[in-house]
Amino acid sequence: MSVSQTTFHTALLDPTADIPEGLLDADAQPAGRRFSVYRNNVAVSLTEAMHQAFPVITKLLGPQNMDGLSGIFLRKHPPSSPLMMFYGGDFPDFLAGMEQLSHLGYLPDVARLELALRRSYHAADTQAAPADALAIPPEDIMQARLGLAPSMQMLQSDWPIYSIWRFNNEDGAPKPTAGAEDVLITRPDYDPAPQLLPTGGAHWIAGLQAGQTIGSAFEKTATEFPEFDLGATLALLLQGGAITSVTIERLAT
Amino acid sequence: MLDNTTRPNKLPAAPGVGYKPQHFAQILDNAHPVSWLEIHAENYMGDGGRPLAQLRHLSEQFPISVHGVGLSIGGEGPLDPDHLARLKHLVGWLNPASFSEHLAWSTHDSHFLNDLLPLPYTDTTLTRICEHIDLVQETVGREMLLENPSSYLAFEESTWSEPDFLREIARRTGCGLLLDVNNVFVSATNLDFSPRGYIDAYPLDEVGEIHLGGHDEDEDDHGHPLLIDSHGREVVDPVWALLDYVLDKAGPKPLLIEWDTDVPDWPILRAEADRAQAALDRVPA
Repeated sequence: MSVSQTTFHTALLDPTADIPEGLLDADAQPAGRRFSVYRNNVAVSLTEAMHQAFPVITKLLGPQNMDGLSGIFLRKHPPSSPLMMFYGGDFPDFLAGMEQLSHLGYLPDVARLELALRRSYHAADTQAAPADALAIPPEDIMQARLGLAPSMQMLQSDWPIYSIWRFNNEDGAPKPTAGAEDVLITRPDYDPAPQLLPTGGAHWIAGLQAGQTIGSAFEKTATEFPEFDLGATLALLLQGGAITSVTIERLAT
Repeated sequence: MLDNTTRPNKLPAAPGVGYKPQHFAQILDNAHPVSWLEIHAENYMGDGGRPLAQLRHLSEQFPISVHGVGLSIGGEGPLDPDHLARLKHLVGWLNPASFSEHLAWSTHDSHFLNDLLPLPYTDTTLTRICEHIDLVQETVGREMLLENPSSYLAFEESTWSEPDFLREIARRTGCGLLLDVNNVFVSATNLDFSPRGYIDAYPLDEVGEIHLGGHDEDEDDHGHPLLIDSHGREVVDPVWALLDYVLDKAGPKPLLIEWDTDVPDWPILRAEADRAQAALDRVPA
């Protein structure tokens, strides 16, 4: 009796499936519970990976609920690569699709924030532009395009995800209150640091990422968010080491 | 078959430990550090950040062994070309003293199951594994060591014993072997064979590295002991005794302490490495 990996794989992920025939114990009898060692190894290791990847979600739901949820998730979305550092990319959408969790509407965006922190942690190292790279005439600043570090991540949310993250990570952080929050993650050294973005900041950074100059991104953002504070947002990028290059295109005369 | 002139530098016949980031500062500050370190390849396949920075730093002071846990060499399907490319990149960048993987599968139908899953030992699986190892060694450009698994069950269809199977793989592909002494003890207990008989049949000349780790104790449906390879505690005395048996026959080898779950404080891990040194000290070089 030969056991294909398809049969083995199916029985591994489905605890109600029959144990494949052709697997034996020490007395050449059917392996029975011995097969569960592999089932356990898979479920336990992937559940642990989920706890590590989403510590705030685990805290919000409680470890036992996270175990149960991970058990469902890992069967629907087994890892698609051996790089466990990136496991769980489908988790935010999975959470959004769970009807039982619909009263906790902020969970998917909090999970996105945790994913973004991990992407930032493993992103390529880059050299930050010198602190005086933007010490140039104002009209030149507006013409400048910024190169941004791959460790810089940005999230826009209808929920107070920064406050929720902080409340679950810092002793004495204020309790979150309702409201939309946008988050900037920079990695000045090796530790990703999330920060609250001022109103319009995410809109403006998205413009920079699309290749717009500081000035043209600013015009578009200021139309939609008149209170947008360019200086404060630029300072967050600079202080976080997220700017890798400043390129000024002079208009032809 | 790999051309043996490209064989890499070897690990020293001395104790090493599986590297855990929480021990970084102590390893660098320690006046009597271990002789070498082993990393799990997949943990260093990000683009940058602290993991790679620490590894760069450690590799300046210690021989490094790159131990893959995700290649699925025993998989029925082809090897993942993206993963092979990542391994080639890591090994090329780091130029480690050793590179090893497992006699196991972990990926099927593009699902990675994060466990080392067992294989039947047949002519068909032998051919496939040798093709995969040929491809790995050609791609990565150096010899790999293949590790024996911990077994919790046996396949009715197997026609080869594990030592013979490993010997034949090494003969056909030119790969070396990584002998996990704890895995031998675990499998022997679970499947009722003699661990010393296994060692007597095993091609010790091919061994480039030895693994030691802790296991958990359980039992099967019929009350038969069932040991689980957990890497979460000290190496037990019968495994140290089996190591002595191996070293008496094989001479000194690089010894690695694996401790991957419930990772202890550095002094406890260090004490295990000291015990490995003591095992080496009693063997004539």
